[in-house]
Amino acid sequence: MRNKRFFSRLSDFVEYGSFREEEYTLSPSHKANIDTDTPENRWLTSVQHSERSAPVRLMDWLKLRGFEVFNNLYRIASVIICITLIAVLLSVVVFLPPFGSDDNPAVNEVVERYVSKTVEETGATNSVAGMISAYRGFDTLGEAHVLFVAACSVIVLLRVDPSERRRGRLVDPGMTGEDLDFEPNSDLILRKAAKLLVPLSFILGLYVILNGTTSPGGGFSGGALMGAGLILCSVAFGFGRTQRFFGDGMYHLVKTVCLASYALMMAYFIFMGANGFDDHVWLGVPGSIISGGLILPINIAVGLEVACTMYCFYALFRKGGL
Amino acid sequence: MTLFEGILLAFLIACAISVSVTRNLLASIIIFMSFSLIMSVLWLTLEAPDLAITEAAVGAGVTSLLFFATLKKIHAIKAEDAKSEEDESDEE
Repeated sequence: MRNKRFFSRLSDFVEYGSFREEEYTLSPSHKANIDTDTPENRWLTSVQHSERSAPVRLMDWLKLRGFEVFNNLYRIASVIICITLIAVLLSVVVFLPPFGSDDNPAVNEVVERYVSKTVEETGATNSVAGMISAYRGFDTLGEAHVLFVAACSVIVLLRVDPSERRRGRLVDPGMTGEDLDFEPNSDLILRKAAKLLVPLSFILGLYVILNGTTSPGGGFSGGALMGAGLILCSVAFGFGRTQRFFGDGMYHLVKTVCLASYALMMAYFIFMGANGFDDHVWLGVPGSIISGGLILPINIAVGLEVACTMYCFYALFRKGGL
Repeated sequence: MTLFEGILLAFLIACAISVSVTRNLLASIIIFMSFSLIMSVLWLTLEAPDLAITEAAVGAGVTSLLFFATLKKIHAIKAEDAKSEEDESDEE
């Protein structure tokens, strides 16, 4: 009861968020037994008290009262730390250089190089696309791999085996059947709005991806638009409609082909000297759609990859399969 | 900073505080969605339209949808189907 260890009570607090007092209080009969103020009991407690040394008594006190003391200190300390952090961050804001000013520390030779040489070296009039896909192509390749690994781990965690489902054995007992065979009976407004918005978002996504070299946007933005369009389609018309053109096999094909082709393009950069702008790829006329050398195919690959990943997340969360 | 940006920033701070204060999970997700929408308009005023597109699609759209799906899966919000069935039975 009372002598339950301090750390087990602490772990209870961390797990359940509150101190479960009722477990540690004495039962009435037990309490009556100890609290009766007979001379024997008083004698017994005084002897026990004087017999023990100071450290032991300190430990006993900690066992009895340590948790409440820790709890109060924890709250006070968390408030103090939070306020200090806010104060430090706000005081740093005062010393920040003004937004977009010429003598910011961020304006150095790297930025000058990007601004002055991007069109010449990568063929992209959108210098952000030139930076992301050509100068820092390997960085973007790593990001694409992060997306791939994230989608893989979601599949590992949430996928429900179709053969298991047919036999009626669910892997996760908390997952109810209606969730797995979820077909939304969505209302009229959503369906009519989706009929208008789905093609628009697909076309806008394609436009953003294909014009990544000449206007703001690129693979990630366009892919996000297309993925949102796919999700909207499956929300409004049900998974059956989406599965007709984007099923399991299609998903795996698109995803792996895109990632592999991107990796191959980057491997080509490595063999040509690893800097990505002396690569003998025709750069095209700056400003037209087909320009920027390898930036356009990289944008397409990244865009399809992002769209696939987004739809995969939604489908696996919703019904445990594509 | 124009008046428009100031209003948007004030809304942004209000959203950020109310997300953490709201106890209703559904309401906090919807506030989070509006936070992302305001943020995407702010990206536009900062002349970053590509970020605005991504923020609107990912932040306001897909992230919130995933939150909704998760909340339904852990039975934190009631399924729409059950609700509509209840309504139908009431009508009968």
